[in-house]
Amino acid sequence: MAELSKPHSESVFPSAIREGIIAGIIAFGLFVLIIGFRTDQNISNELILTQRWGLLAIMVAIAAVGRFLFKAFISPWLTARLKAREAVETVEGGEPSFFRRNFSQLAILFLLIYPVLIVLMVGLQGSLKWVDNFGIQILIYVMLAWGLNIVVGLAGLLDLGYVAFYAVGAYSYALLSTYYGLSFWVLLPMAGIFAATWGVILGFPVLRLRGDYLAIVTLAFGEIIRLVLINWTAVTKGTFGISGIAKATLFGIPFTAGPNGFAAIFGLPLSAAYYKIFLYYLILFLALLTAWVTIRLRRMPVGRAWEALREDEIACRSLGINTTTTKLTAFATGAMFGGFAGSFFAARQGFVSPESFVFLESAVVLAIVVLGGMGSLIGIAVAAVVMIGGTEILREMQFLKFVFGPNFTPELYRMLIFGLAMVTVMVWKPRGFVGSREPSAFLHKRKLVSGAFTKEGHG
Amino acid sequence: MEYFIQQLINGLTLGSIYGLIAIGYTMVYGIIGMINFAHGDIFMLGAFMALIVFLILTTFVGGVPVVLALLLMMIVSMCLTSLWSWTIERIAYRPLRGSFRLAPLITAIGMSIALSNFVQVTQGPRNKPIPSLVNSGFTIYGTNITISLKQIVIIVVTAVLLAAFWYLVNRTSLGRAQRACEQDRKMAALLGINVDRTISLTFVMGAALAAVAGTLYLMFYGVISFSDGFIPGVKAFTAAVLGGIGSIPGAVVGGLLIGLIEALWSAYFSIDYKDVAAFSILAIVLIFMPSGILGRPEVEKV
Repeated sequence: MAELSKPHSESVFPSAIREGIIAGIIAFGLFVLIIGFRTDQNISNELILTQRWGLLAIMVAIAAVGRFLFKAFISPWLTARLKAREAVETVEGGEPSFFRRNFSQLAILFLLIYPVLIVLMVGLQGSLKWVDNFGIQILIYVMLAWGLNIVVGLAGLLDLGYVAFYAVGAYSYALLSTYYGLSFWVLLPMAGIFAATWGVILGFPVLRLRGDYLAIVTLAFGEIIRLVLINWTAVTKGTFGISGIAKATLFGIPFTAGPNGFAAIFGLPLSAAYYKIFLYYLILFLALLTAWVTIRLRRMPVGRAWEALREDEIACRSLGINTTTTKLTAFATGAMFGGFAGSFFAARQGFVSPESFVFLESAVVLAIVVLGGMGSLIGIAVAAVVMIGGTEILREMQFLKFVFGPNFTPELYRMLIFGLAMVTVMVWKPRGFVGSREPSAFLHKRKLVSGAFTKEGHG
Repeated sequence: MEYFIQQLINGLTLGSIYGLIAIGYTMVYGIIGMINFAHGDIFMLGAFMALIVFLILTTFVGGVPVVLALLLMMIVSMCLTSLWSWTIERIAYRPLRGSFRLAPLITAIGMSIALSNFVQVTQGPRNKPIPSLVNSGFTIYGTNITISLKQIVIIVVTAVLLAAFWYLVNRTSLGRAQRACEQDRKMAALLGINVDRTISLTFVMGAALAAVAGTLYLMFYGVISFSDGFIPGVKAFTAAVLGGIGSIPGAVVGGLLIGLIEALWSAYFSIDYKDVAAFSILAIVLIFMPSGILGRPEVEKV
């Protein structure tokens, strides 16, 4: 099917038309049952079929025309551009622009003033959605992805059950605060310690495994923890989850309506927005802590050992690095940050249930790490903003209802688009958004290393 | 004892379905070393295809004999599900061949999310129940052990398919090409085997078996939903690993073992923790016997 593109562009059209027709036929085969018919329950709960030939025709037409356009115009244009770029042979050099050089400082500055900007723009009440759904939501994923990055990006251990540690953190806060009334600030470090302990307990037997085997065992452990949370109803209340979890306090000042509440003490009008803004700064602090620890650890012997382990385990062993402890520290450190994020999540939601800790969450976090370029903190943050922010924005697209009719619910398409975006980005940029790495050790001058030269994870 | 044998039969039935799905995982892993995460959802898609064919038959044709209906469901589902798998391999996996190791895994996870949500969007999120297709069963003479016709159908279909599949892999030139690619892709290409085509056909074969598994699953449980691909998928992968990944007989043995473990655990311990049992056994086997039951030990070259 894939023919070499012919040198003369006029001969492209017949083959493009043929390819388009083939794509149409294939699309017809793919969609004839699953889109052509829809199964619905009638009143007596029997399945009935609804026929949707119009939609099927549209999908087939999209596939055929899309393939034709790709073959006829986009593909030649891409080859031409590639050739042009090769011909020019860009002279890299000179200082990168001011924006590029100080990107991380500018980004942190923006994140610090983000809630203030939002409040100034849309007022206190309007800011709720922007701070909570976008700010906090994205930052939780940034933090999780940075935590997982220690395991996957630095140590090269493929972990598909990271959400287990998130769950351990969330449940240890939820349970200990409900049963023993301990405060958030006591439980935050404890949640991290518990998660790290679990990381060591789970890591000890499995870290002898390599690559895909490790991935599948971590996935199994993630599922086991979720199943235990579902079935151990005496403690975890099963699928009902634990509700009414105590909120976090600002060093003892609660965010409540009473006379001792935050609003009353500072003489401000009562609003739910203060708590959200407080949570925003809290998760921002936790995320930056993760980043800072990662950056510092990379310069320490243990961080160097992680990266050496990722590149070549056998060489590591022959140089006298204890691979077991090195892997365990990476696993435990990553798990600890997962635990912090988990206890924050419980405090933010006020409710935890096993539904929040499904495999999909692990997959999303891993996808962010890989799409971000594995090991590049900024790349991961960008990937989290694009993937999570992008799917959150989809909730806001109510105007699509005017295009597709009132029954159209954009939320339904959220995960479909997320999955397709994962595939598309991966095919388009397999090395992630930021494909180069800062070297940890260098001679004379720090040069970026292309991602293509670094290995990753054989476990 | 009778209860034990009864559970044994139930376990074998379940295990046959896992074994059929596991073959798809193990073949793909054997040939390109990638965990095809979307395979569980391919299985779910196969079940949906069978469901729609069944509904078309009952709504528009009517009065089709059950055997013919089942056969039609299986064949149509096999063809269309294979087409899906072929397309997915073509557009999502092939461009990444030769890329770094995690890339195809991530696309496969993305494809899995996309597929299950695609079915949710197009077919609705609710469970889809169908009336029971085959009802009768019989009791073994002099005991209380019952075997339903469904279970017999599942075991017979699996056995026939495995025999056909064994013939395909061991006796035909396609199977020889497939095994050659598994051993050494570069060498196979040098000897004139169309590697891309062989890999595509591997995906197609795996999907066809998964579609049959989907049809049987639909017939046995009488219900399917868009999210039903994940757990059977993970368990089938467990089965593939348990049997030694890359080994086709291993996948079948692993599938049967996982089915038996699940049935016996549900019968004698607690039904709530049956998945925990399956996953724990996976972890234990991998730690103490990393190459599985029938797998080749991995030789590390420096």
